[in-house]
Amino acid sequence: MHELSITGNVVAICAERASGQQVLRVTLEIGKLSAVMPDAIRFCFEVCAKDTIVEGAELEIIETPGRARCSECGGEMMLTEMFGRCECGSVNIEVIAGNELKIRQMEVAECA
Amino acid sequence: MCVTCGCSDAESVTLTDPVTGEKLTMSRGDHEHAHEHSAAHEHAHGAATPAGDHGHSHGYEPSHSPDHDAVHDHGHDHAHPHTHAHPHTHDHGHSHGHAYSHAHSHGHAHTSGHGHDVRQQAHTHAGAHSDSAALHADRRGTILALEQNILAKNQLLAERNRGWLAGRDILALNLVSSPGSGKTTLLERTIRDLQADLAINVIEGDQATAHDAQRIRAAGAKAIQINTGTGCHLEADMLARGLQALQPPPGSVVMIENVGNLVCPALFDLGERAKVVILSVTEGEDKPLKYPHMFKASEVMLLNKIDLLPHLEFDVERCIAYARQVNPGISVFRVSAQTGEGMSAWYAWLRSQAAAAGRIAS
Repeated sequence: MHELSITGNVVAICAERASGQQVLRVTLEIGKLSAVMPDAIRFCFEVCAKDTIVEGAELEIIETPGRARCSECGGEMMLTEMFGRCECGSVNIEVIAGNELKIRQMEVAECA
Repeated sequence: MCVTCGCSDAESVTLTDPVTGEKLTMSRGDHEHAHEHSAAHEHAHGAATPAGDHGHSHGYEPSHSPDHDAVHDHGHDHAHPHTHAHPHTHDHGHSHGHAYSHAHSHGHAHTSGHGHDVRQQAHTHAGAHSDSAALHADRRGTILALEQNILAKNQLLAERNRGWLAGRDILALNLVSSPGSGKTTLLERTIRDLQADLAINVIEGDQATAHDAQRIRAAGAKAIQINTGTGCHLEADMLARGLQALQPPPGSVVMIENVGNLVCPALFDLGERAKVVILSVTEGEDKPLKYPHMFKASEVMLLNKIDLLPHLEFDVERCIAYARQVNPGISVFRVSAQTGEGMSAWYAWLRSQAAAAGRIAS
């Protein structure tokens, strides 16, 4: 259940960077090939955020589709899994998008 | 995990020396912090831990079909702005407003009309991503662009471990597999067979018990046990503490036996030279396709228990083809840690890795 520790990281990063201001919204980017399930993150977020400055914040998750470039012919393709086969027949492909696991931004309450 | 120093909230992690039985609780928060822990942060630690089993109750299906209505019912709609391929989402704010469940969804169609602060504007315009609409915000607060990798701290600590190991000419390998693939048996045999060539030390990761460290110790190697408690994988800071406790001599080999799990350990770099995945022939031959992250992250696959092949319907060639489909560069060794069959090829690889950096212990 790595989503729990990952969500714990998210909450901890946000709590630190918020410098005491209430966090209203958190926007994550999670690649579809990252082995992290957005639904599991959502499920954990409320639990992890409880009793922190992040409690009650909205969670937005941007899912980045997987893309790869063929190392043989240079062609690009969409991926729904970590592996795939290029039209040229090669399985020697390099994932160029879809592994993202990042906090894009957050919104904090204005200082009173 | 504390994101400033990398210490984790996993208070239950312990290190055990199998010789003395001495247990060290790894509070993972007791080393120097260059930052302040706010009260809120401390609570985060406490709140995160007891939820270990909650996630498993969710039998998530990859349910993000284009069917927005169904998704909407489940409240999982935040992610969907991204599925809209058109980059001009500013103009379409209302047309797919159904994708947002939160109240502000109709209020932010025009970036310029709301006096967004400079950072937000710069960010939105610079991105030119199709998802930029999702970064939109109404004017409720201040937007802080973080752009921070969630696993950055683990990565940083892994690189620190890598430096620590390189400075001592130590070869570290991260052994990963499902439970019961024969990792410990394989290590026992490797230690015995190579004791004249290589000084091997072992860091054992398991959720509980020091059984494996005791077995390794009996095989003649130094070992330290890390119990992760509820944790399903080792993280870089655990390895750092394990190395401190183990104190492997310069020029030696450190085998890190990760928690038996084909999912999570793939995501966490520990600072190893390579991951070695062990797959036993009593498992399904399609494991590489079912757990592609692990096989992609590994440099070597050891196909273990081949002595049992006569009793099984396991297509070795197909299994290897699956592994190469996921990771064309993976090296494969067919071995039996029980009988010793095929182990010499694994030993040759191990020696070459050690020799490559001039690490053969004399």
